[in-house]
Amino acid sequence: MNEVNEQIAIDHGLKKDEYKKICDLLKRTPNITELGVFSAMWNEHCSYKSSRRHLKKLHTKGDQVIQGPGENAGVVDIEDDDAIVFKIESHNHPSFIEPYQGAATGVGGIMRDVFTMGARPIANLNSIHFGSIDHEKTRNLLRGVVKGIGGYGNCIGVPTIAGQTCFDESYNGNILVNAMTLGLVNKNKIFYSKAAGVDKPVIYVGSKTGRDGIHGASMASAIFDDKIEEKKPTVQVGDPFTEKLLLEACLELMAGKSIISIQDMGAAGLTSSSIEMASKGDLGIEIDLTKVPCREENMTPYEIMLSESQERMLIVLESGKEDAAKKIFDKWNLDFAVIGKTTNSKNIELFFENKKVAEIPIDFLAENAPMYDRKWIKAKLPKENNFSKDDFKSLKLSVCLNKILTDPNIADKEWIWNQYDHTVMGDTIQKPGGNAGVVRVHGTNKAVAAAVDSSATYCHAHPLTGGKQVVCESWRNMISVGAKPIAITNCLNFGNPEKEKNMGEFVECVEGITEASKYLNYPVVSGNVSFYNETKDKGIKPTPSIGGIGLLSDYKQMVTMELKNDGNYLLIIGKTEGHLDQSIFAKNILSNHNGPPPEINLFNEKQNGMSILNLKNKNLIETCHDVSLGGILTAISKMSIKGNKGVKIFPIEGLVNKFEYFFGEDQGRYIIEIKPENLENVEKILKKDSIHFDKLGIVESDKITYGSDLKISLDDIKEDYKKWLQEYMVS
Amino acid sequence: MKSSVIIFPGSNCDRDMDVALKKFGFENQMVWHNDANIPKSDLIVLPGGFSYGDYLRCGSIAGKSRIIKSVVNFANSGGLVLGICNGFQILTETGLLPGILQQNKYLNFICKNVFVKIKNKENKYFKNINKEVLELHIAHNEGNYFCSKEELKSIEDNGQIAVTYCDDKGNDDEYNNPNGAIKNIAGIFNKEKNILGMMPHPERMIDPFLSGEDGSLFFENLIGNV
Repeated sequence: MNEVNEQIAIDHGLKKDEYKKICDLLKRTPNITELGVFSAMWNEHCSYKSSRRHLKKLHTKGDQVIQGPGENAGVVDIEDDDAIVFKIESHNHPSFIEPYQGAATGVGGIMRDVFTMGARPIANLNSIHFGSIDHEKTRNLLRGVVKGIGGYGNCIGVPTIAGQTCFDESYNGNILVNAMTLGLVNKNKIFYSKAAGVDKPVIYVGSKTGRDGIHGASMASAIFDDKIEEKKPTVQVGDPFTEKLLLEACLELMAGKSIISIQDMGAAGLTSSSIEMASKGDLGIEIDLTKVPCREENMTPYEIMLSESQERMLIVLESGKEDAAKKIFDKWNLDFAVIGKTTNSKNIELFFENKKVAEIPIDFLAENAPMYDRKWIKAKLPKENNFSKDDFKSLKLSVCLNKILTDPNIADKEWIWNQYDHTVMGDTIQKPGGNAGVVRVHGTNKAVAAAVDSSATYCHAHPLTGGKQVVCESWRNMISVGAKPIAITNCLNFGNPEKEKNMGEFVECVEGITEASKYLNYPVVSGNVSFYNETKDKGIKPTPSIGGIGLLSDYKQMVTMELKNDGNYLLIIGKTEGHLDQSIFAKNILSNHNGPPPEINLFNEKQNGMSILNLKNKNLIETCHDVSLGGILTAISKMSIKGNKGVKIFPIEGLVNKFEYFFGEDQGRYIIEIKPENLENVEKILKKDSIHFDKLGIVESDKITYGSDLKISLDDIKEDYKKWLQEYMVS
Repeated sequence: MKSSVIIFPGSNCDRDMDVALKKFGFENQMVWHNDANIPKSDLIVLPGGFSYGDYLRCGSIAGKSRIIKSVVNFANSGGLVLGICNGFQILTETGLLPGILQQNKYLNFICKNVFVKIKNKENKYFKNINKEVLELHIAHNEGNYFCSKEELKSIEDNGQIAVTYCDDKGNDDEYNNPNGAIKNIAGIFNKEKNILGMMPHPERMIDPFLSGEDGSLFFENLIGNV
């Protein structure tokens, strides 16, 4: 067995003082297996050592919350004993090294987190970020990631109902792949990871253990350099077929009463799953590694403990239920092995070939894991741009609109979501490409809406505002489909926490998320943190992804974004001030990257959203779309293209600059379509609620017109908007 | 009317098919792949999905599973056998239907609505549908139908082409071919027309809130003719 020393510890990603702490705690030098266990549990990915003290501040409570952060996934109540289990998780580092397998296993991992809790997955979503479209790797990474996400989700038979794709040069060396899953469970039949009782059998089920993914979790906490390709063996390989069997077998076992606790083997595999179960139950655990089903010969205890082979679960069963449980796994052709038992030693004890190969007190690995109060700096609000008339002098609305509709971050993403099965399970009532995906709660009148959002540009310009904005954007997506926003999950993608600026971005984004989610009663119930998204000293823009869910008590009342009928009026809810700084227009047309992001007014945000839900409940809204990237004219264009209907935009009262008006990205706004006979009533309600609104236009013909300044036929914009991505991928 | 949906490990449209069959009046039962016998049925359905992970070739392992013998016997005695998507692939693997399903021409999984033209109504599957073009939904990676020239001639001569990809007006030309299938073939019969394999999923089109309702026409007609 290898002699452990400081250098070996450093090679495992541990710091010198962390290694010293291990030796002090154990009062001896760890052996190589023990060192492996420590390095897996103490790395950033598993220990949250830089983020923990800040995550405590998140708003995680609410009447609707059944389970907040700290479990495999969060759980919220959606009435009638139904609950939704959901979570988002990153798989950034592996996806950059091996896009297909990285993305595929990201999807597999998050689905396991959800069905581990007893829920059948009912929808998948994802948020993916790539480098500049001119970067040599972007196309291949995008193609691989999309194929990986589809390859896994399609095979399992869970619809991918919504997502988000962004391009920015800050991701050139570190792409982001965040996968989210929603599952449906009876709220009285939720399974948790906390073990209970001594001498209970510990069961290993699923795939066999191989040498893939060893040290995956440590790799996920490392900074990339030129030699990153050498890390390929640390990427896990996915087998969605086995996962489908595992899903069905676990749900079958869960229908009975034999499971005490269950935990999927995700990051750091058998190590973290066994330790987490024991730690939560305040117990010890004993494992005989000889009994772990292995795919390869001569695997060492070290390799078995650190393998991240996929599609595996660890279960603590009631004593005496082993045979009945084994029958189920035999039926599904999955491995089933009793590999150990719970103990009252409060230690993890590992045996291999009748010899004890490791013994570590569990609290050394969990509670005593390092926690850092990293230094961070507060970001200043950038100075506003002062655009002058000359900046806009030579611009034409139609030309600008065309450029914006073919901006990589705006253009249609159908090329992507056509590769995802979004209709399997027969309950998808709003497909990708809308404000949010919506699936019915099978066999009921209810439906659940879900969307993922991020706004790295805003977060980069001012993290506190950006953090608030993403939560609000998610809230608006729920409102726009007519759903009551319930809760969120967050995936916090950041650079190197050891750098004060990056750490500051993290701290302030979390602060912003907290402030907005508290105000909107839109609590965070699950999530994860991905630090060290940095290559050769270049970090990504701060990118918190927010996955939101909402509830429709009657799915027939769902709202969509495509324009419906000629003669209907369009109103814009919320005030338009023409904030161009950090907008797509500023970047794409004016080549200006400075200034503060648009301000968030939480009071207006809540009022506007609630008032739209109120109008929906009275059946007064035909169509709704929130105004986000690209401003009003982009929003109108998308609604027009989807509905194949034009819009005559009314003259704007008191308008100073039409570019600011049409492309400004002021927050808290929605465009709604109203039947003429409901107009008076709607205006009355909005006035009574003191909601700011403007009459924007009327639905007609097949053109978008604004006086003599703009006359553009849908055919002219549709083709470019719809084809951009497809053409980019083959160019 | 009794129907049976076979579940293979990796099937994932079994529940959707069960919901659809029941909605239109079938008394449906689910049958496990490892069973030896199929309960008395008027219709057997092989659902979509990724049976046995689609490893080796789509549908090939399922084509050798224990239950398949009973399916073949049932089909050979004139029973109605419907294979959707992966079910179609399994039917070609068993030899109950001619030809094969290759990877889509553009090498991507495709999930979207398509139009198909009904080419033959002299059978229980399409007999009383009073439309020539149906809007259905596809979701597959290997739906590119192919067969030899001789087989194609025989299929055409025997009226075995069931549905072809087309536009909303029924033009089944090369511009309306999502996956490269020969002659735009989306579904075929055996010679006797009691076996139908097709890539589109009618079970996903049975509700105005889903992608469309033309699947309802398919099932309504089917139960009427069983």
